[in-house]
Amino acid sequence: MNNDPIISIRGVSKTYAGGFQALKNINLDIKRGEIFALLGANGAGKTTLIGVICGIVNASAGTIIADGHDTVRDYRAVRAAIGLVPQELHTDAFESVWATVSFSRGLFGKPPNPAYVEKVLRDLSLWDKRDAKIMSLSGGMKRRVLIAKALAHEPTILFLDEPSAGVDVELRHDMWRMVRELRANGTTIILTTHYIEEAEDMADRIGVINKGELIIVEDKAVLMRKLGKKQLMLTLRQPMSEIPSELGAWALTLTEDGERLVYSFDTQEEETGIAVLLRRLSEHGIDFKDLSSSESSLEDIFVSLVHQSQGTQS
Amino acid sequence: MNIYGIRAIYRFEMARTFRTLAQSIAAPVLTTSLYFIVFGKAIGSRMGDIDSVSYGAFIIPGLVMLNLLNESISNASFGIYMPKWAGTIYELLSAPVSWIEVLLGYVGAAATKSVLLGLLILGTARLFVPYEIAHPLWMIGFLLLTAVTFSLFGFIIGLWADSFQKLQVVPMLVVTPLTFLGGAFYSINMLPPLWQKVTLFNPVVYLISGFRWSFYGMADVDVAMSIGMTFGFLTVCLIFVWWVFKTGYKIRN
Repeated sequence: MNNDPIISIRGVSKTYAGGFQALKNINLDIKRGEIFALLGANGAGKTTLIGVICGIVNASAGTIIADGHDTVRDYRAVRAAIGLVPQELHTDAFESVWATVSFSRGLFGKPPNPAYVEKVLRDLSLWDKRDAKIMSLSGGMKRRVLIAKALAHEPTILFLDEPSAGVDVELRHDMWRMVRELRANGTTIILTTHYIEEAEDMADRIGVINKGELIIVEDKAVLMRKLGKKQLMLTLRQPMSEIPSELGAWALTLTEDGERLVYSFDTQEEETGIAVLLRRLSEHGIDFKDLSSSESSLEDIFVSLVHQSQGTQS
Repeated sequence: MNIYGIRAIYRFEMARTFRTLAQSIAAPVLTTSLYFIVFGKAIGSRMGDIDSVSYGAFIIPGLVMLNLLNESISNASFGIYMPKWAGTIYELLSAPVSWIEVLLGYVGAAATKSVLLGLLILGTARLFVPYEIAHPLWMIGFLLLTAVTFSLFGFIIGLWADSFQKLQVVPMLVVTPLTFLGGAFYSINMLPPLWQKVTLFNPVVYLISGFRWSFYGMADVDVAMSIGMTFGFLTVCLIFVWWVFKTGYKIRN
């Protein structure tokens, strides 16, 4: 297996004609065969970055190598390898499902292959709708059509721009099953989302983009470990009005009703201090009836990252 | 060369045409028939021959050109404007096709449709007026060249337009007047001397004159000039489209 990155982005910036800088000096490598999730709020630059890689938007600066080819000089080779599912449901209303998927295959330079198109349509539960006009389909079905179009030319890199937007649970599950299958067959998948649980569930690596800057790129597990906070929650037998001063050494908070003590700690630290804290509590006669711990979700991490980066800017 | 890509675009565009067959074909044929009834029969019967060609026959090449220009422009401009409007252009922009291939697909389909329509109008005209074609090969040549050139021009309008109004404005305010003043219904020799000079700035004069020459062997301007002017306009359009794709003007920015 080739260990070179399948996509290598160097110093890419994009300033739109109106002066808005959507991307600022982006450097990113996408590994072959991974699922990479690009997280960011609306307007953070996710779609622009995808657009630049796929050839929809011209970059103002920087270079991108995809599948071994420069995306500008060797655009044919690059684009033949890439499939793109756009965020918006852009479809040709009057075309049939079969016609539009076959069109995509041809447009991307592949000879007709009805058996393959049939397989794609069957995989996406579109086979029964193959002769239906696209405008007669529901939003979820249109999303499937867009995925079928993107897969029609057998791409090795698949971009999914906000694939879960406006999609029901069933389709979402179908879609993720399909994404996993594609990955198992060696397809590299880059998805953007603001559903963090999706990234948490699916991705191997995660990049966070904020105001056009890539603020972190990390293995999902590492990111969770590195930035994850754990909380220990103690439900007290006797409510207390304030935290005793003897416990000032720990980062403790008391819930408003005085019934629970919350201790936040960093999972990375050698000494979490839990054992000592529990001993100290019993020394002071503070008894508790329940104890639970929780890990921060990717969502918490994301929010704190975005806040940090805004903090450093201002 | 992405042959499959060209074929996909071409077929897509032709399918669009056949979906709207009634308005694509019936409307121009009906309009032309009306022109023949009004100008050819009703008014034409009271007019003298022009260079020994009856007035009804004289206007045929002009009418074909009138339709050819309008149809070429509207087909091609609509063809590329629709994906822009519907957002489906993302696929074209992300596809491994060069600007030449995009043009061959879109302009090829638009020109095909206009040529078919031009021939259909010639057939319709035969029902009203007897005529003969002196140089049939040249006639086909002019038909093709004009269809391609103005489909290309329409393609540019479609790229430039960012609203349906803009899509209509050039054909309505520029092309239709130029066609009417381009000698579709008269020989420019009938104009006062000053206007004969002014009218030479109208590119449509060269198209109609050359096309009419292929029918009746008579022309307002030299045939070589007609061919040269058409090729010139074609070249200007090609350079513009090349520049659009090179810089990404309006579509990739």
